[in-house]
Amino acid sequence: MSEHKQTENNPQGKDKKMVIAMGSIGLICALLIVLTYQGTFASIEKNKAEALEKAIFKVLPGISKTKAFQLNQDQTFSETNATDPKIPKVYAGYDSIGQLKGIAVQANGKGYGEVLNLLYGYDIDNQKIVGFYVLESKETPGIGDKIEKEDFLANFKAMDAALNDDFTKIKNEITTVKHGEKTNDWQIDGITGATITSRAVGNILSMSSNQWMPLIYKNKKSFLINDKSK
Amino acid sequence: MSVINQNKSEKGFLSSIADHPSTDEFIKGVWRENPVFVQVLGMCPSLAVSNSAKNALAMGLATAFVLLMSNILISLLRDFIPKQVRIASYILIIATFVTVIDYAMQAISIELHKSLGAFIALIVVNCIILSRAEAFASKNTVGKSILDALGMGIGFTFALLCIGGVREILGSGSFLGFEFMPDSFEKWVIMVLPAGGFFTLAFLLLIFNSFKIKNNRA
Repeated sequence: MSEHKQTENNPQGKDKKMVIAMGSIGLICALLIVLTYQGTFASIEKNKAEALEKAIFKVLPGISKTKAFQLNQDQTFSETNATDPKIPKVYAGYDSIGQLKGIAVQANGKGYGEVLNLLYGYDIDNQKIVGFYVLESKETPGIGDKIEKEDFLANFKAMDAALNDDFTKIKNEITTVKHGEKTNDWQIDGITGATITSRAVGNILSMSSNQWMPLIYKNKKSFLINDKSK
Repeated sequence: MSVINQNKSEKGFLSSIADHPSTDEFIKGVWRENPVFVQVLGMCPSLAVSNSAKNALAMGLATAFVLLMSNILISLLRDFIPKQVRIASYILIIATFVTVIDYAMQAISIELHKSLGAFIALIVVNCIILSRAEAFASKNTVGKSILDALGMGIGFTFALLCIGGVREILGSGSFLGFEFMPDSFEKWVIMVLPAGGFFTLAFLLLIFNSFKIKNNRA
């Protein structure tokens, strides 16, 4: 019965044709994507670097220039011009007379949808987070993307990120609380309806601050500009 | 108002070129079968990204590009694609060109890419593109498919720009970022919110349909 049907419709020939069609369309498409990726790579990198620079000025209020520092294997920082995204880097910001105002740190983590790429400014002397900016997000429009709005950003005007007594950890973990229940400076006032995104921001900041702030505090001196004229 | 008058006076001339079949393939998408105002397709981006004229224009052009390129490729391959796997093939081709425009947009301006957000990726599921692939490009020559895609693409961009323009002028007191309203102008905040999109679309559909009814009577 089945054999009879097979010979009648010649499904093997049809199957072959379908596989060949899908396969070759897939190949053409893959080729197109690779070509576009290669062609646009340089300008996308340049645009991203410019956007990052602009964002650094946003998260560190009052600065007039920035310098990139890379984290070395021995947990020290040194000035760098490297563009390789794999090298962990932070960005120091200085005011017009060359005084260190703070460090901008990039932090990634999973949001509700895709990866959230954030940048925040850390004031070493006051041990506070003084600015926050979303570099990249694919959060739900109208819900999760409220983390880019003024109300949410107000959390990070002067957020407590003090270190504990032996400077190894953050004293009070940064956490997200329900909207309207914020009582302390280290808490993030969450967004109603965007619980997962606001919690994700809290988790990313908490992880990143525990990782970076003790290191930055310990190496505070390496960020100062050596002004030989003084 | 002046647009209508102009249309009326040029009607003889317009209809003479409109009689040419290839012009008709183009004009139908822009006007007679406008994807947003007549076919009411692609409502999601039309309502969501039209909160400013700039976003609307960028979204319209990105969609028009995907529509044009996928129409060309699908029309070229129309005898090669077996009908059992045609939808899968169309989606594959459309998704490819969406990826291409996604990279291109990042290369042009990160800010613009950021303001359109997830909606660029969602062009894949814009029903205008799949409907043109299935209803037109898979059955017609490359030349006709290009004209069809250009017409539909321009029609879609035009519709988005109308919605975006009205919403930006009333909601932010500006057009394409240029503020021209006097300071005393009270901004209609609701127009930049989602509800404003629905109001504007309904209002424009009303105008569009009243034109059509008038033309049919004449």
